Amino acid sequence: MLSLYVPGRSVVHRAPAGLKLGLLAALGVGLFLTERPAVVGGALVGALAVGLGAARLPWRALAVQVRPVWLWLALLFVFHLLATDLRTGTVAVLRLLALLVTAAVVTATTRVTALVAVVEWLASPLRVFGVRPARIGLVIAMTLRFIPLVAERAARIREAQAARGAYRLRWGMAVPLLVQVLRMAATVGEALDARGADDAPARRPRARPAVAS
Amino acid sequence: MPAGSGTFRRVKSRDLAYVALFAAIVAVLGLLPPVNVPGFPVPITAQTLGVMLAGSVLGAKRGGLALLVFLALVAMGAPLLSGGRGGLSVFAGPTAGYLYSWPIAAFVIGLLTQLFWRRFNLAWALVANLIGGILVIYAIGIPFTSLFGDVPLWASFTGSLTFIPGDVVKAVVASLVAVAVRRAYPVIELPSRRATAS
Repeated sequence: MLSLYVPGRSVVHRAPAGLKLGLLAALGVGLFLTERPAVVGGALVGALAVGLGAARLPWRALAVQVRPVWLWLALLFVFHLLATDLRTGTVAVLRLLALLVTAAVVTATTRVTALVAVVEWLASPLRVFGVRPARIGLVIAMTLRFIPLVAERAARIREAQAARGAYRLRWGMAVPLLVQVLRMAATVGEALDARGADDAPARRPRARPAVAS
Repeated sequence: MPAGSGTFRRVKSRDLAYVALFAAIVAVLGLLPPVNVPGFPVPITAQTLGVMLAGSVLGAKRGGLALLVFLALVAMGAPLLSGGRGGLSVFAGPTAGYLYSWPIAAFVIGLLTQLFWRRFNLAWALVANLIGGILVIYAIGIPFTSLFGDVPLWASFTGSLTFIPGDVVKAVVASLVAVAVRRAYPVIELPSRRATAS
């Protein structure tokens, strides 16, 4: 599976994933509380220093993640020049850049498994809705397995329809494809049950409460 | 989980597989090349089609969960958004509100679909997909863009209008598919109905 993780052994890499995510969230809130260019610009410089300096990430690892929104940032800046003023525009763009770079640093320095653990922890309040956090890892693993599978089935059905001359009805392949993969998913679910994947610890027969006494 | 009759164990693992499946489907739809509209930064993608399908095939809970799993994967750095984007940075961008809206949209579509399930046809499917797949997504995405980009609401709103035609087309496609899938392989069950009947 492709990932945006860049291996390394820096302090930033070794910092706990939960801490990094917490700081990112705090920054996301904090930067919107200030309008001062120096503070927002300082945050951007700090994020770059942590990413390129402390974590020794290659410049490209960050650029890859920030590049898709450059056009948007440019438009945003132009909009502010026309509608408000230079200062507001600069702060708005710098603020987003600082957040984007920080998020890119966290993503590039944190392993997926560590993030899964944080997600499981974050999901623990969802127990109320019947979600078992320990199974989130299972769902994620299944999803990663299903992605190439669905893509492959889609290609196969498209070929089959093209062979019958049905080039144009492109959404028409969606129905047979969905029915096929839904069946497959049901089979996977049953296979999991057969292997006892759904044995909730609470339901496992415990040692009987002392009957004798 | 309201469906708690005799087969609860089997249903649960299958539900997990369905959730994973639709998370994967949304990811695969992101592989289709996005259509870029000149002059606007948000490309039209097929991924919201996946949001609509998740809701109208799986129902509220599983559909919403599928999109949560998808977003979790994106957050963990899997470049699954259209155009190969991923990582935490996409959740900080100005258009991130649209991403946050997806699980809610799928949930709302699923809720409406379950509501209409007994007389579900193309018209009802359209109602569900237009409300959940367009109204909900824009109601969250537009204010978010205006808040994060410091852009007035009207500018964010008019900028988004260009996407409405494409989204209507997606809602029609999702509805056609949802009706056909319901006939061939219905996934949504309404246990509460049977329970009250007995």
